[in-house]
Amino acid sequence: MILTKAQYEEIAQCLVSVPPTRQSLRKLKQRFPSQSQATLLSIFSQEYQKHIKRTHGKHHTSEAIESYYQRYLNGVVKNGAAPVLLDLANEVDYAPSLMARLILERFLQEHEETAPSKSVINSMLRDPSQIPDGVLANQVYQCIVNDCCYGPLVDCIKHAIGHEHEVLLRDLLLEKNLSFLDEDQLRAKGYDKTPDFILQVPVAVEGHIIHWIESKASFGDECSHHAYLHDQFWSYWNRFGPGLVIYWYGFIQELDCNRERGILLKACFPTNIVTLCHSIA
Amino acid sequence: MAAVLESLLREEVSVAAVVRWIARSTRGSEVTALTRPQDNPGEAAALSSLRPLRKEFVPFLLNFLREQSSRVLPQGPPTPAKAPGASAALPGRPGGPSRGSRGARSQLFPPTEAPSTAAEAPLARRGGRRRGPGPARERGGRGLEEGVSGENLPGAGGRRLRGSGSPSRPSLTLSDPPNLSNLEEFPPVGSVPPGPTGRTKPSRRINPTPVSEERSLSKPKTCFTSPPINCVPNSQPSALDTSPWGLGLPPGCRSLQEEREMLRKERSKQLQQSPTPTCPTPELGSPLPSRAGSLTDEPADPARVSSRQRLELVALVYSSCIAENLVPNLFLELFFVFQLLTARRMVTAKNSDPELSPGVLDSLESPLFQSIHDCVFFAVQVLECHFQVLSNLDKGTLKLLAENERLLCFSPALQGRLRAAYEGSVAKVSLAMPPSAQAVSFQPETDNRANFSSDRAFHTFKKQRDVFYEVLREWEDHHEEPGWDFEKGLGSRIRAMMGQLSAACSHSHFVRLFQKQLLQMCQSPGGAGGTVLGEAPDVLSMLGADKLGRLWRLQERLMAPQSSGGPCPPPTFPGCQGFFRDFILSASSFQFNQHLMDSLSLKIRELNGLALPQHEPSDEDGESDVDWQGERRQFAVVLLSLRLLAKFLGFVAFLPYRGPEPPPTGELQDSILALRSQVPPVLDVRTLLQRGLQARRAVLTVPWLVEFLSFADHVVPLLDYYRDIFILLLRLHRSLVLSQESEAKMCFLNKLLLLAVLGWLFQIPTVPEDLFFLEEGPSDAFEVDTVAPEHGLDAAPVVDQQLLYTCCPYIGELRKLLALWVSGSTGRSGGFMRKITPTTTTGLGAQPSGTSQGLQARLAHAFFHNQPPSLRRTVEFVAERIGSNCVKHIKATLVADLVRQAESLLQEQLVTQGEEGGDPAQLLEILCSQLCPHGAQALALGREFCQRKSPGAVRALLPEETPAAVLSSAENIAVGLATEKACAWLSANITALIRREVKAAVSRTLRAQGPEPAARGERRGCSRACEHHAPLPSHLISEIKDVLSLAVGPRDPDEGVSPEHLEQLLGQLGQTLRCRQFLCPPAEQHLAKCSVDLASLLVADQIPILGPPAQYRLERGQARRLLHMLLSLWKEDFQGPVPLQLLLSPRNVGLLADTRPREWDLLLFLLRELVEKGLMGRMEIEACLGSLHQAQWPGDFAEELATLSNLFLAEPHLPEPQLRTCELVQPNRGTVLAQS
Repeated sequence: MILTKAQYEEIAQCLVSVPPTRQSLRKLKQRFPSQSQATLLSIFSQEYQKHIKRTHGKHHTSEAIESYYQRYLNGVVKNGAAPVLLDLANEVDYAPSLMARLILERFLQEHEETAPSKSVINSMLRDPSQIPDGVLANQVYQCIVNDCCYGPLVDCIKHAIGHEHEVLLRDLLLEKNLSFLDEDQLRAKGYDKTPDFILQVPVAVEGHIIHWIESKASFGDECSHHAYLHDQFWSYWNRFGPGLVIYWYGFIQELDCNRERGILLKACFPTNIVTLCHSIA
Repeated sequence: MAAVLESLLREEVSVAAVVRWIARSTRGSEVTALTRPQDNPGEAAALSSLRPLRKEFVPFLLNFLREQSSRVLPQGPPTPAKAPGASAALPGRPGGPSRGSRGARSQLFPPTEAPSTAAEAPLARRGGRRRGPGPARERGGRGLEEGVSGENLPGAGGRRLRGSGSPSRPSLTLSDPPNLSNLEEFPPVGSVPPGPTGRTKPSRRINPTPVSEERSLSKPKTCFTSPPINCVPNSQPSALDTSPWGLGLPPGCRSLQEEREMLRKERSKQLQQSPTPTCPTPELGSPLPSRAGSLTDEPADPARVSSRQRLELVALVYSSCIAENLVPNLFLELFFVFQLLTARRMVTAKNSDPELSPGVLDSLESPLFQSIHDCVFFAVQVLECHFQVLSNLDKGTLKLLAENERLLCFSPALQGRLRAAYEGSVAKVSLAMPPSAQAVSFQPETDNRANFSSDRAFHTFKKQRDVFYEVLREWEDHHEEPGWDFEKGLGSRIRAMMGQLSAACSHSHFVRLFQKQLLQMCQSPGGAGGTVLGEAPDVLSMLGADKLGRLWRLQERLMAPQSSGGPCPPPTFPGCQGFFRDFILSASSFQFNQHLMDSLSLKIRELNGLALPQHEPSDEDGESDVDWQGERRQFAVVLLSLRLLAKFLGFVAFLPYRGPEPPPTGELQDSILALRSQVPPVLDVRTLLQRGLQARRAVLTVPWLVEFLSFADHVVPLLDYYRDIFILLLRLHRSLVLSQESEAKMCFLNKLLLLAVLGWLFQIPTVPEDLFFLEEGPSDAFEVDTVAPEHGLDAAPVVDQQLLYTCCPYIGELRKLLALWVSGSTGRSGGFMRKITPTTTTGLGAQPSGTSQGLQARLAHAFFHNQPPSLRRTVEFVAERIGSNCVKHIKATLVADLVRQAESLLQEQLVTQGEEGGDPAQLLEILCSQLCPHGAQALALGREFCQRKSPGAVRALLPEETPAAVLSSAENIAVGLATEKACAWLSANITALIRREVKAAVSRTLRAQGPEPAARGERRGCSRACEHHAPLPSHLISEIKDVLSLAVGPRDPDEGVSPEHLEQLLGQLGQTLRCRQFLCPPAEQHLAKCSVDLASLLVADQIPILGPPAQYRLERGQARRLLHMLLSLWKEDFQGPVPLQLLLSPRNVGLLADTRPREWDLLLFLLRELVEKGLMGRMEIEACLGSLHQAQWPGDFAEELATLSNLFLAEPHLPEPQLRTCELVQPNRGTVLAQS
């Protein structure tokens, strides 16, 4: 699903200030029926994350935290079964999971002697049963299952999607009889930066030499692509030469501008792979 | 000097005698074939009187010729420099200072114009160029300011061969480099009081007024003052030469006047003997033969040559000097001759005053070149003498030369030979550009963590690498943009990055990367293949050289023309090299520079010492041709790498000593010399040179040494150490007489390469120009024969035109000149040569392994002696590779086995010692003591491996027709060498290797023991028949999450799930869990957790059901069916742990509290099933129930919970038949309901 920048921006435009709930997703799918759901979700997720990154700071001032906590307390006193935390998050335009974390942290600060460690918080978010307060546990759980952009479940889904596509890619490589080294093998050999796959014998795709392939189970928008270029793709190029990036959920067409330089973008496994023939006369 | 020439012209002495006379001052050897050794006493006497002037003859001659040609080549393309002009002043030549011409000149160009600058005096170009020495000095000054293309080469400007030691300044020879920017010593024209009395201390640049003026046109000088890439505008230098001849007379030119005096006497003896026809030079309407192309070229006619005999004589002397290498730069002279050949028209000699013409036919009084005809005639005469050199130029030049109509007209014979040479030539020179950057590949052997002192250093270097390439890419993108500045754009980032390289070891890692990238980008001659030394060629180069060749040819045509900057360009950093230079400058890190110098020196030593295959003259069959292709390629790769490395070594090593300030003089210089002579050289180049000469490897050593020296600062040539080097080089230069039949010593093209690079070096501004004309000429060229091997590299045909032109792109200026003539084009840019790159490339062959001693080794050596060199190379290569593979094989088999043993031993250890497992270091010791002795097997295995593998490889690589005996010997030697190599390594390293690997395995195992032993438990893959069509885990998590979110709300009134959907979901979950293809542990964990959450919601009846409108609750039976499915999934399909205890967590049980009426039967059912399926123990459940009581509940809920507990606890422990369970459930439910 390769979108032009204009198409992408049209979608992104619709996502401004939309809460990350399943209802929002449903509406988005209705609005853009021609786009694949996965692509839409990926774009939505990335846009929302950008939005959260921008506004993150204002929710983390001590005044803000205090005011949220008080509102939470007042809310649950009134009705512990009502979605207090979720409504609060939606109202102040913050991710429910992150709001849950904020309140949980605040709660633990109040009830425990020492400041809670990150791993304790994470563990409680993964399994709210561990939260000492039953009402808060339910509130947190509600936030987490209703958040489609943040939270341990979403993280797990993303991780799983990434893993699944790596497996998919591996199968395709095996099917095409292209021998490769995977990340684990590379790491075992002491490589400092490891793409998903390094081809043991390079191939050519659309006239470009490919030494490595990186699988990205997300949509390649400008922001994430530039971050990836800086942290990963160029680093791979620096070590292994030109390579291929597969954005399984598509990318903005205009970003595929480093082909000559050695980074080729595709939205699927390439069909026209040229391999080295050993029988050149 | 002039007297010598005069007497020659009068045929008082023969050319042969003159050349002998000159040569004697420089080399004692016999003169060339051009002259005949027949000294007659009269000649000798005539010459001996002139003895003191002998060493000045060549500079004089060169200056004289440049002088004479000035009307023909007033502002042509890059004009060669004149030689040092100690005595260039010639009486009677047009515009000369003597006689009345001076007055005439003065009037034509009044003195007031003298100090005018280029901008002010456009008119000055017209013929004024020959006046006065002043402008050259000015230019010298400016040259300093401009530097050389930003390289801060002080004094780069305004000089080319200046006077050799003239009698007037004998003490100044070596210790007094010109201080060009010193206005006191080199004042601008007009500011000096004329006459020799004006100065107390005569400068060393005093004498040759015409020289300086002539130099104004000389390209070399101008290119030193200008950016090297663009052709220098001609106007600037010419315009400077506005000073009339007389006025520019510098202080202290006594020698010139003395000379004139001598000449006058000489001439007075003779009186005018024959009338001279007046100069036939037509008065042209336009005095300015502009290169604008609008002018027609003056035709040249052999019949109209004015004084053949005189021209012939001078040509012969000149040719002899060239042939004897008495001139500093062979190609500069050829360039000059080509200029004469292609001169378009004569400048009007307005001053062809009748006074000097009559009666001086054979003297120097009349101009040597009176017309274009004379010029062409002279040029052709000289070219005829140098056919051999010409025939070795590239094919393109040969073609242009053979097609030159003037040449055809003046010497059909030469033209015929050139045509034949052209037709026979295979010296096509490719002009393709190297490709864009490729990164140095990551090499696990050198780049992995083990090679760094700490994790931090490792990760820092990881970042450095990326920053380095980021900077490189940015440079690639921007460096050609106008206004982009390296320092501004990248400087701070580079310095920040260097700042992070704290550890010394990181520096060496970075330097290795830097150096490899340098070699890869700048040396890579082959283009797309771009191989780094020792690395495998890229895929493209394997895809067929033919296609690539075509590609390059295409590229060649598309390339923008670019000048290489005249016949004597300054040392530059073209293309990518600029990046590395600027990087070094911007980094300005002394640690980096030091590490870089260390690394460069090491690599230079290594490559310089590389045992390149030696030529075996007996090997003359066709096979050798093929072999030599490879030899040459290999040599070219090594040589080009060396030159590149040496260039950067020179650049960095002399960097601290170069600056914009003028070179020091006087006492300051003495103290600097005293200081610098204490500093050891960065690389002992003197020894390397001496050894290179002795081993007859000059063709390898000298070209890189020249690159190194070209970056020396002004002081360097004055240091004893380096002076020795220059003298050695000078001797070498003299000894490289091209016409000598010395093929056995050195091949023609090898010589040509050395002459070209040395000639270029002698033109570098920092090299004192009088060095070349040292009186103490080398007496007996070389004492190398004593130690020299029979056939050194010098004797091998390792240089071809491609390499020659790659190393010396300025030779391409010859072709440019000819092409310019053909096209009549005037474009300044008209460059054709850009970067010359060989069409193919190879990695460097393996270094031969150390030779073993003993008779066997000698026998092996002898065996190779009479075999083609390729055989030896093949055997050595096979041995090297097999030996290396053997080590790898041992690692993968024996060592890997031992590691596996270590792992199982460790497991046992852990079991016996319990959970904590004991101290890892101790464990390691125990394991190593058990396993290391097995390492001894490695040698036997290694031997066996080499024995097994080597013969096949040798057989595959050698020609089919290799005789059986030769083949088997070769195989045996390969086996022996490979074994030797492998066993040497293994015996030294096997124990350490086993230790290291076992250590890694131990820490791996211990880590694995850590947090998640269960997750690492045995995992089953999917069944064989599985086609991996199950739904993806991510999809399922997402779906279940949706159900969970619907259940916990908030939800719209119309939202819900159908029982079928739930059933389907659990069915899919089963499929996914059974196909493990896409499942990763975290996903499985979350699925397990979600399934437990789902079960709790089912038990609490919290799932909103879509269905017939009324029914919003899940029917009991359906719920139980779904719970059954879940139980079966937990039992059968989950491989990881399922957090079933969460079913009894207060939160999940608490869900029941909200339901009205509360229904406990599903929970009870679930608990029973859990026990029955063995998913949870009774005790465990009891414990969970017990802890539930401690939580705070509403009163009634607590009661119900207690009842449930009691009920559950009252059940019999034994699993009951299915039927019974069902029966039990119903009444139980009833009980619960009844109680509520």
